[in-house]
Amino acid sequence: MPVSHLADRPIWTRRTTRQQFAAYAGWLALVALTIFAFQVMTRDTIWFFVQDAPRQAGDLLDRAWPPRWSYLDRLWAPLWDTLNIATLGTLLGILIAVPVAFLAARNTTPSLAFARPIALLIIVASRSINSLIWALLLVAIIGPGLLAGIIAIGLRSIGFIGKLLYEAIEEIDESQVEAVKATGARGSQVIDYAIVPQILPTFAGISVFRWDINIRESAVLGLVGAGGIGVQLNSSLARLAWSEVTVIFIVILATVVVSEWVSAKVRGAII
Amino acid sequence: MSASAPGASAPAARGRRWKRPPIFIQRGWLRLVVYGGFVLYLALAISTVEVNWSRVAEGMERGWRFVQGFLTPDFTSRSTDIVKGFVESLTMTLTSTVAGVILSIPIGVGAARNIAPLPVYAVCRAIVAVSRSFQEIIIAILFVAMFGFGPFAGFLTLTFATIGFMAKLLAEDIEDIDEGQAEAMRATGASWWQVLNWGIQPQVLPRLVGLSMYRLDINFRESAVIGIVGAGGIGATLNVAMDRYEYDTAAAVLLLIILIVMAAEYSSSWLRKRIQ
Repeated sequence: MPVSHLADRPIWTRRTTRQQFAAYAGWLALVALTIFAFQVMTRDTIWFFVQDAPRQAGDLLDRAWPPRWSYLDRLWAPLWDTLNIATLGTLLGILIAVPVAFLAARNTTPSLAFARPIALLIIVASRSINSLIWALLLVAIIGPGLLAGIIAIGLRSIGFIGKLLYEAIEEIDESQVEAVKATGARGSQVIDYAIVPQILPTFAGISVFRWDINIRESAVLGLVGAGGIGVQLNSSLARLAWSEVTVIFIVILATVVVSEWVSAKVRGAII
Repeated sequence: MSASAPGASAPAARGRRWKRPPIFIQRGWLRLVVYGGFVLYLALAISTVEVNWSRVAEGMERGWRFVQGFLTPDFTSRSTDIVKGFVESLTMTLTSTVAGVILSIPIGVGAARNIAPLPVYAVCRAIVAVSRSFQEIIIAILFVAMFGFGPFAGFLTLTFATIGFMAKLLAEDIEDIDEGQAEAMRATGASWWQVLNWGIQPQVLPRLVGLSMYRLDINFRESAVIGIVGAGGIGATLNVAMDRYEYDTAAAVLLLIILIVMAAEYSSSWLRKRIQ
């Protein structure tokens, strides 16, 4: 037990002197690194603009309020597009993520040395790149529109669904697999009768959760031209029409809240 | 197994094959309605997706060039832009995570129902809800409009987003603690601060450190995105590269992002294992 001595009486302390100094040194290094990083980051910052920010914010609020509610009429079609991007994108993601997950799971992969690393690489690549960046690439390749948004959402969803699903597959109860195998079932029947029933609730939960995230993400995909309500947001921002931007923000917020509520309800019902 | 399904509870007639009960919705007509509605929605949704197939076909050639760019990424010809972008992104990530975590601790403590009084709890929960419900990119748009272009706006965006994330998880952690230890501290006559420091902090600190590492990871990923709306970082470099149709440079940036994210993920999971 580490102790320090005060007037020759041992007193309990949490760490030894050496540990204490190591902790101090670690914190000092973190603080120094942060300050250094901050200085490097703000090298080119124009502080006049920063000082001016409260006034700018006031000005912004002034122009953003009251919201131009008449603009709402032109938002229903983009909103419908946004929902479709999220839903169809999630379905696309599921379609690709399911086989990838089975290839990535240690207990179902056909080859540990070959198929599994490739599947894991697909999952990591998909997860590291945000859907907005996927959309940026796809808009450049296949042109602006809903299709780019759907594919972008789908590509980003592969990693998320794939990762959580393959972890679920690895955690199944193996005795059920053994039992089905003992009846002489084929490989596909083992998956159908022993593995799928065990992971189905998790799978449904993951999918609905991802759908909920995708609604949020598809709302801003239009900023790079991939369809949905973000296109409207982009044009309102370009015209500095802040009263329209307010309406769009309110619509996005309402959609997000509703989708979160739906997703929580559905997940509650499944699990 | 089939006993749980209504309709199968009656003893099955001899010679009939066993049928697996439906998995999701037990009531037959409801299942039909839900599935039918879903198919109808799908048909409707797909029919409204207008695709310009000639444009897509035209794009395939560009897509192929992009794939080639991935095979031969160009790190050198725009190396100053790439280095500048990554320096901005990495510094932004670190400073915003540190600032966000520091600010989220008092808010997280205030948002834990078991140690905070109701008015404080309500205010802190409101802050968390506001910070969480808006996406980083939307916050970035507002901050860029207020503070001007550049990484400072990005720093503020990520800090703001970090506060909501960390404070919510910290508050839930504090609400889940083993009350016995806090109770023991109170029994020694400890003040509120002492209970917090000796009864609660040791229980939540390991997870707080783990979550901070995780948030560092997220902030880096987000820093690659908010550059698209002008908040500095590697996203700006990527956006410019795409605008110039320099797919090999864009591929180099993407490969570096993937590499850094992977490195961050491995090192943070290693560190989390060591701490917990």
